[in-house]
Amino acid sequence: MLKIENLHATVAGKAILNGLTLTVPAGEIHAIMGPNGAGKSTLAYVLGGRPGYEVTEGSVTFDGRDLFAMEPHERAAAGMFLGFQYPVEIPGVSYLQFLRESLNSQKRAKGDAEFSGAEFIKLAKTQAATLGMDAEMLKRPVNVGFSGGEKKRAEMVQMGIMDPKLAILDETDSGLDIDALKAVGHGINEIMRAPEKSVLLITHYQRLLDYVRPDRVHVLSRGKIVRSGGPELAMELEREGYAEVAA
Amino acid sequence: MTALPTRKLEAFRYADIDALASVWPSLAPPVRVEIAAQQKLQQIWLPSGDDVDVRRFDVVLEAGASANFFALNTASRFGRIELDVTLHEGAEFEFDAANIGGGNSTLEVVTTVRHVEPNATSRQTVRSVLAGKAIGSYLGKVAVSRGADGTDSEQSVKAMLLARGATANAKPELEIYADDVKCAHGATVGELDREQLFYAAARGLDPAGARALLLEGFVGGLWDGIEGDDRGIADAARVALKAIA
Ligand SMILES: Nc1ncnc2c1ncn2[C@@H]1O[C@H](COP(=O)(O)OP(=O)(O)OP(=O)(O)O)[C@@H](O)[C@H]1O
Ligand SMILES: [Mg+2]
Repeated sequence: MLKIENLHATVAGKAILNGLTLTVPAGEIHAIMGPNGAGKSTLAYVLGGRPGYEVTEGSVTFDGRDLFAMEPHERAAAGMFLGFQYPVEIPGVSYLQFLRESLNSQKRAKGDAEFSGAEFIKLAKTQAATLGMDAEMLKRPVNVGFSGGEKKRAEMVQMGIMDPKLAILDETDSGLDIDALKAVGHGINEIMRAPEKSVLLITHYQRLLDYVRPDRVHVLSRGKIVRSGGPELAMELEREGYAEVAA
Repeated sequence: MTALPTRKLEAFRYADIDALASVWPSLAPPVRVEIAAQQKLQQIWLPSGDDVDVRRFDVVLEAGASANFFALNTASRFGRIELDVTLHEGAEFEFDAANIGGGNSTLEVVTTVRHVEPNATSRQTVRSVLAGKAIGSYLGKVAVSRGADGTDSEQSVKAMLLARGATANAKPELEIYADDVKCAHGATVGELDREQLFYAAARGLDPAGARALLLEGFVGGLWDGIEGDDRGIADAARVALKAIA
């Protein structure tokens, strides 16, 4: 599904990713853990195609296609979903309009029929229910006045609506209370646990992994993967800290 | 017929005088709008569709009256909305306007709001979206007379420039001769937010769609206060935005 080879990237002229190699096969959930500043969000942004993140070496294929040959919106249409560590607020634009136009833009790119207003609202309501979010919130401007936890839940509702092949979730669990964490974990399993789908889950905590069991766990430190293992690696990290494990 | 104004006059410093000259001889006197005490009035002003579109209003709100005016300014050459408002005791005045233009158009909103008695409120919100070499201006004078204590006035002016050649001018001006007065004004000029653009792209929205949506959001808040379901001005604004985005 996702094949990253020897990826180097800079931000504002500073080297952040330094030869990162990682493969996520279809049907698997991989967790990435690592200390603050290791480059986890940078990896997510590079994969999403955020302007200002420059790839200086290496390659990434997504579903067999050269990822870097695609514009950010084309990556989304090809089935990639990026869950933001800090979801962005857009005053004046309702969530419903934002998501409907985004989804229909994806549909146009694929040559599929667009959703009508009524069809879309039905889909949005269903997905909000899956995440235990009041669908009325989707009438509000995108993320404006949402609490930290509500923003993360809303990210998962968006993922449900987009129904991607690959989700890259950057600290979707941070800032969540226990109920929200459960709801988000349940949402990820519900939406993404499938033989033809994959997840790259960036997290600091074992907690989320109690709900979403990863197939593999990787430790990212100073811009590369320094260790990989099974779910037990996450426990080891929780017990001993990054310094020990990544050393 | 009075003489054609010149740019030396403060209220015409950004005007397209040649364009104004083309309509000056036939220009109707300002429309007089009087709102009786305790009465309420909402008006929605759509552009005439002419290249040169000059609209003038003299408005008086008697004690306790309230007015909500919504205006769209999109003339392709010169659009000017001129408003002179007098507020008596406790009157409430709200004005929401958008300048949307590209090419060589000059668009301006020029207001004088006179708080002549105590406790009146005035809120003016102006949003400009300018492309090409368009010039969008807001000149807004708030005059608070002696004795008009408890005045509460607000002017919020924001512009979005879509091209290097576009210009936004904002000149809020206060003239205060009373006590206990609250007058706030703010003006900003910006470009589309990169984080918002990337967020929209990450959700699959193509660049043109993302720009149009963000611009709609920038302007759209103006029409939230419209009572009833007249969405004509919102639709017209959307069409104007699509034409320049
Ligand atoms: N725009 C930028 N300009 C300069 N340096 C940057 C920029 N963005 C990120 N960095 C730097 O890149 C490094 C990696 O940042 P990144 O956000 O990827 O870390 P992270 O692993 O996600 O950390 P956290 O766990 O705190 O979220 C940090 O040292 C950060 O300061
Ligand atoms: Mg991060």
